[in-house]
Amino acid sequence: MSSFVEQFLNGLIPGSIYALIALGYTMVYGIAKMINFAHGDIIMVGAYILLIGLNASGVPTWLAIVLAIAGCGILGVVIEKVAYKPLRNAPSLAVLITAIGMSYFLQNLFLVIFSSKGKSVPRFIHVKDFKIGDITVSGNMIVTLIVTIIIMILLTVFINKTKLGSALRAVSEDKGAASLMGINSDLMISMTFAIGSALAGVAGILWVSMYDKAYPTLGAIPGIKAFVAAVIGGIGSVPGAMIGGIALGLVESFTKAYISGELVDAFVFGLLIIVLIFKPTGILGRKRIEKV
Amino acid sequence: MANEFVKAKTKEVRKSTIQKAVIIALAYVGVIALVSSGVLGYQYSSVLISVAVNIIAAVSLNLVTGFLGELSLGHAGFMAIGAYTGALITLHLNLPAPVEIFLGLAGAGIMAAIFGLIIGIPVLRLHGDYLAIVTLAFGQIIASILNYVKSITGGAAGLNNIEEYTTSDHYLLVLTLVVLSVLIMSNIINSRYGRAITAVRDNYIAAEATGICIRNYKIFAFVVGAFFAGIAGFIFAHNVGVIKPSKFDFNMSINILVFVVLGGMGSIKGSIIAAVVLTVLPEALRGLSDYRMLMYAVILIVVMLFNNSKLRKRLVEESGLKKLFTKKKGEA
Amino acid sequence: MALLEVKNLGISFGGLRAVDDFNIRIEEGQLYGLIGPNGAGKTTIFNLLTGVYKPTDGSILLDGKNIVGKSIHKISHEGIARTFQNIRLFGKMTVLENVKVGLHSQYKYSLFAGIFQYPAIKKEAQMTERAMEILEVFGLAEDAELLASNLPYGQQRKLEIARALATNPKLLLLDEPAAGMNPNETKELMDTIRLVREKFHVTVLLIEHDMKLVSGICEELTVLNFGTVLTQGKPEDVLNDPKVITAYLGE
Repeated sequence: MSSFVEQFLNGLIPGSIYALIALGYTMVYGIAKMINFAHGDIIMVGAYILLIGLNASGVPTWLAIVLAIAGCGILGVVIEKVAYKPLRNAPSLAVLITAIGMSYFLQNLFLVIFSSKGKSVPRFIHVKDFKIGDITVSGNMIVTLIVTIIIMILLTVFINKTKLGSALRAVSEDKGAASLMGINSDLMISMTFAIGSALAGVAGILWVSMYDKAYPTLGAIPGIKAFVAAVIGGIGSVPGAMIGGIALGLVESFTKAYISGELVDAFVFGLLIIVLIFKPTGILGRKRIEKV
Repeated sequence: MANEFVKAKTKEVRKSTIQKAVIIALAYVGVIALVSSGVLGYQYSSVLISVAVNIIAAVSLNLVTGFLGELSLGHAGFMAIGAYTGALITLHLNLPAPVEIFLGLAGAGIMAAIFGLIIGIPVLRLHGDYLAIVTLAFGQIIASILNYVKSITGGAAGLNNIEEYTTSDHYLLVLTLVVLSVLIMSNIINSRYGRAITAVRDNYIAAEATGICIRNYKIFAFVVGAFFAGIAGFIFAHNVGVIKPSKFDFNMSINILVFVVLGGMGSIKGSIIAAVVLTVLPEALRGLSDYRMLMYAVILIVVMLFNNSKLRKRLVEESGLKKLFTKKKGEA
Repeated sequence: MALLEVKNLGISFGGLRAVDDFNIRIEEGQLYGLIGPNGAGKTTIFNLLTGVYKPTDGSILLDGKNIVGKSIHKISHEGIARTFQNIRLFGKMTVLENVKVGLHSQYKYSLFAGIFQYPAIKKEAQMTERAMEILEVFGLAEDAELLASNLPYGQQRKLEIARALATNPKLLLLDEPAAGMNPNETKELMDTIRLVREKFHVTVLLIEHDMKLVSGICEELTVLNFGTVLTQGKPEDVLNDPKVITAYLGE
């Protein structure tokens, strides 16, 4: 039984990080109707900014964290302006290829600057481990969980209860109509990229706090997995991203524990394909009907 | 009027057939001259084989991405299937080389095509972004399974001592495979089958209303694309002699995509040229190998931005470039 | 026997009854008009006839054969061709190729014939010839090698009709063929539609807003309002019907 709980926790933690990343995918897809393939790599950039901050003398930890999150938010906005905005009326294939190009650009830029070797990130979260019976819950896990829950609540409130949030929803529903109502849709899109990327920054920080290494392809796998999570939960849906992220983390952890470590990817991506075949809109997604 | 036009058109077709024959002859003469004169040396001779693999891979991906209009991010997965199937056949059979090669190629192509069919089934219900993700997922699943069935595939360590059937010593065989593959694919594209695929890309609703069974043609494009990716995988495996799952990763799929995008989606000629240039260039600029992927990334972004920019529109409208950009038909 | 006989056709989207108890009878060779205010369900009926939507109830008999439940491309093979309100051409293909796609199901050859080019080349030449004949009817033969997306708007509409006719249909559905055309173009289009009926022995059902076009060429009309048939009959009777005037202009 205790091993089951342990596996559950082992899945819950990366799962909640996936959920944070998936939120970015979902928000961007909801408003810009595109898959921001480079989203995963923003995690990596966040990790490197944090690393530089932590290693620089005289920079307190909290500042390094803030810089990493802000840096990611700005990067997201810049990417949108430079690479995606000019393609707003282009075919979706062109946008997707550009996004893949952007992902590769970030990975290889950091590879050229920092080399492919991983750099260790010093421990920066100092929270004591926690024991329930014979199960140890590490301090990092607790922090990750708390941070994720707080962000989820804040984001839900922001989207559903604030004026900006309803403007955001309006643009995602119908950009043209929202513009006619006086909503600046470009600004809303920028804001979405900023929030989504900042969340990726948070995810990057939590990720290196767990696995304590930064390397250029760090974001690729969690990025893709989080995307899978977003699709499973129903892309465009915020609660869907949370459910999808955590579900994915659990599937991974249980497959690893009870079936085979090598088959984790086969299960995760197999799950994606099954969801897409039988419920293409995901668990909480809405159907979009094409007009003839 | 109609009659004259048909005559002119038939003439055009005949002319392009002759052109193709000339190009193929030149390719043979050129490659034989390059290899037998020793100009290339050992290192560059082996680059020839990489060029061959990349040409077949790029043209076959173009079939799916350029002509059908569906982004496939799992092309390396099909190559892996071909490479492993081919290698297992030639490793376990003890037959004369020509028989083994023939069986290996057939097995590689057919097995990859079967997987193309399997991936084609979810494809029926999806398109665009979602389909692209499914192909990506498919590539990952293949790698994961190849890692898992150790008794057959050797797991992460892969297969070793694969017969060197397609090394640069056998360049004529490889060249013939390239010529045949490209010829078959380009003839399919220029047939009613290719036309139907292109119609699905341009407007699938209209294509269906015009009597084209979208389902069949989508699957068909995936199957043919996968078949030739399998052939490319066979050549790859029997050139390097060692294969492991990690070689057929997402990077490889993206590399091939770069050839297709740079060469122009829907242009076979373009794919070939891009595959040649982008394989030889990094080889010639060895010192810059770290920058290769960075360069590829920039190429992807810049080509997409340019293709959809006002600048391109202006250039096309205002200058003689119009012909260059708009006349895409009749191209092989 | 009528060429097209639709009985009690209906479809619901969720709770919305988009089309209800729709009946129509079109004789072979007729030029039939389907009119009605915006949102009356005209295009929905086209989508039902061509298999894009599956009706919730009712039957569609083409030449006495029920085609309900058949897939879109099968219905095309049965002999219904259509154009679209918002033009849907194969933009990156030439004008000629667009029509050849229409000929796809009539000029067949095997994949191997395609790969070895023989006898595919012969079949292709036949296709080209047939396609050019059709294009000539529409005055598009000169533009055969142009990309479809580079044609002017009016020509694009014509090309769409040409492509539909290439499928050798019994029934041609035209969805607002005159939309966005000026009076001159509309008049020209009317002549073309008449010519098409003579030359291709096809029955035409068209949706139209332009009353002039409708009363000018249609032999019979059905007026649709809120998804149901308001009235049916000869154009002069229908257009003077007070119910129709009310539906269009309001009380």
